[in-house]
Amino acid sequence: MKILVPVKRVVDYNVKVRVKSDGTGVDLANVKMSMNPFDEIAIEEAVRLREAGVATEVVAVSCGVTACQETLRTAMAIGADRSILVETDVELQPLAVAKLLKAVADKEAPQVFILGKQAIDDDANQTGQMLAALLGWSQATFASKVVIADGKATVTREIDGGLETIEVSLPTVITTDLRLNEPRYATLPNIMKAKKKPMDILKPADLGVDVTPRLTTVKVSEPPKRSAGVKVADVATLVEKLKNEAKVI
Amino acid sequence: MSTYNAPLKDMLFVLNEIADLAEIAKLPGYEEATPDLVEAVLEEANKFASGVLAPINWSGDREGAKWKDKAVTTPAGFAAAYQQFVDGGWNGLSCDPEHGGQGMPKVLAAAVNEMWRSANIAFALCPMLTNGAIEALELCGSPEQKSQYLPNMIAGKWTGTMNLTEPQAGSDLAAIRTRAVPQGDGTYKVFGQKIFITYGDHDFTENTIHLVLARTPDAPEGVKGISLFVVPKFLVNDDGSLGARNDAYCVSIEHKLGIHASPTCVMAFGDGEGAIGTLVGKENEGLKYMFIMMNAARFGVGLEGLSLGEAAYQKAATFARERIQGRAIEGSAASVAIIQHPDVRRMLMDMRSRTEAMRALAYWVAGVNDIAARHADAATRQSNQALVDLLIPIVKGWSTETGNALTYTGVQVHGGMGFIEETGAAQFMRDARITTIYEGTTGIQANDLIGRKIARDGGATIAVLLAAMSVTNDELKSQSNADLRVIGNALAGGIEALQAAVNYIVANYGKDVRTVALGAVPFLHLLGTVAGGWVLARSALVAAAKITAGETDPFFAAKIITARYFAEHSMVAAPGLAQEIVAGGASGLALAEDLF
Repeated sequence: MKILVPVKRVVDYNVKVRVKSDGTGVDLANVKMSMNPFDEIAIEEAVRLREAGVATEVVAVSCGVTACQETLRTAMAIGADRSILVETDVELQPLAVAKLLKAVADKEAPQVFILGKQAIDDDANQTGQMLAALLGWSQATFASKVVIADGKATVTREIDGGLETIEVSLPTVITTDLRLNEPRYATLPNIMKAKKKPMDILKPADLGVDVTPRLTTVKVSEPPKRSAGVKVADVATLVEKLKNEAKVI
Repeated sequence: MSTYNAPLKDMLFVLNEIADLAEIAKLPGYEEATPDLVEAVLEEANKFASGVLAPINWSGDREGAKWKDKAVTTPAGFAAAYQQFVDGGWNGLSCDPEHGGQGMPKVLAAAVNEMWRSANIAFALCPMLTNGAIEALELCGSPEQKSQYLPNMIAGKWTGTMNLTEPQAGSDLAAIRTRAVPQGDGTYKVFGQKIFITYGDHDFTENTIHLVLARTPDAPEGVKGISLFVVPKFLVNDDGSLGARNDAYCVSIEHKLGIHASPTCVMAFGDGEGAIGTLVGKENEGLKYMFIMMNAARFGVGLEGLSLGEAAYQKAATFARERIQGRAIEGSAASVAIIQHPDVRRMLMDMRSRTEAMRALAYWVAGVNDIAARHADAATRQSNQALVDLLIPIVKGWSTETGNALTYTGVQVHGGMGFIEETGAAQFMRDARITTIYEGTTGIQANDLIGRKIARDGGATIAVLLAAMSVTNDELKSQSNADLRVIGNALAGGIEALQAAVNYIVANYGKDVRTVALGAVPFLHLLGTVAGGWVLARSALVAAAKITAGETDPFFAAKIITARYFAEHSMVAAPGLAQEIVAGGASGLALAEDLF
């Protein structure tokens, strides 16, 4: 069984992001980039499935600029067997990525996709769902436990009310939640091996996919600053303020 | 409590621009150490240092190592972290691939080792000592000893120790009394007590391999009669399995000012029937072997000064941004973060600039060391080795003295909170204190520097270094950038002061060694300061060129400002130090001994 794991290069989670002064987006100049943490969990899960003998091959896929090669090397240092970069300088939106991944799937014929439920930069939470729809596969999102056996995946999902366990038949698209696993530290020998593992580089045109953005960003702004709190005299005043000033009750 | 994040940008800048990693990657055996691999290794090492080692640094200090029934227990989390360290393959980073190491250059190991030491110096001492023992066996061990011990030591499955010091033999190893008696079967029985043995016992691994200095029965007196033995905690059978428990025990551990999590052991060899060991190399050559490893050991301790300076700086800078206290000196409506106060700025800039100077110097020396070890041309190897030998006392002595100064400043930035242990700033200061003492005190480094490294060759090697500095100086002179010109003027002043002090030492060492030696430590500071200013000046030149070429990363502008700060605040001390060396010796010796 082959598993494809899409990984995205995003602003490192430690970086305090800043909005560009012209409000067109987030300032990415000279900012540390690394693998989307949810995708790291996805790679870890896929590698564990291979180590357990459930999967036979783990292929990491990234879509984006040349520097995504570093992200793929990281995925291979964790344990992916090889990787594919769909290289483009175009700003990629979830639908475009889902289409690219579908095209890669058509070539690679995996049984399972495992990917992060969302990326920490745009928090779209769409790619996995769109990909399942495009492929016509089942989907199991927000996974906190994955068991694959007998052509089925039993997936425990994190939902608002608690946990839900569903069974989907393969092929399937699984998206990871935070508690699925704790990714390992890459070992030094594996970091060195990762350099020698194969990486294919394709262009969107090779896959026949039009990645032109469909959405237009109107404006990006900082969240409003928190203003200072006030002390209230009694509960009655608090309720009154919540009703009439904050208008939350 | 401790948070640490490796300064990856500066590390990569220094590796690529100052230590010239690309050139080192051309040396035989180092072909794999390409810039992209090095970056990946540093990224992952940082994850390990910040995610696994730093979180147990403060708790390890509070809890400390414990001793009971001749065995040591390390603080909570240390044994598990060590297992993760070994599973990650980090122990063998720069070891020989023939026995399972990864064979990476020393210059990369310097950066990775800086991280381990910054995150948790007490933990890092264990692999540091193991690596020292590995190096001894690689260089001097028999084929049997190598195959018996090296694979497991390089993998980190067994650790290593260095047993030199005895109660009456500290800096002076000639006074060693531990005995080794040949048994006629190729083995020896070792009897004696060793003190200050780092990680002499612990709960990390199934076996510990002790390297022990001892005298054979008919050995000559003094340093010429010392031999080196390998004495395992558990004897190793021919098939590699563990045999009987050897008669080598930790009989107590020291209560110390710092590095509490690192067990400093009193080791008793042969209290019972005798500790079985085998000779390393030839009899009576033990001290010579120790000297071969001395550069590596001293370099390793020098890194500790840099590492603790960096750790202290990170903590102080974070605190200074968060701590709101007092109005701005020029007046402000509200209280401000203390980073806005000029004197706090001065302290932070001191810490930052001197840390960056130490890093650039240490990595550069590590790179020169790689060239000295691997270059195809013998003359190139030799001249680079001479530079390494000259600068090891600086990396060791100057960086650890500076590290102490910076951890002190780190406490000062925190004010009263720095004096409180819970803040964690004090730990860096306490941990740093040993670094100017072990592996040869600052005084011993300085005496080695002026005697063996300067006077002995009549200043020939340091002339090469001075010439290299002058090349940088000429380059700075031709710049129109105002910052670079200031940096250039300071470097010119530093070179002049250094030259004057060297001339004095070369001319007077043979005539009046006592008076010259009184200025040994000031000279160590002078050479450290000027060499540090020189590598920062080179950094500033590279940064300026990058900016001219269109680089917009503020890192490069910061590099120039930091180099200028060092020029205007540290390099200015150079003429004063030269004056102290040249003119201050006599008064230091004038007072009669009984008046002290």
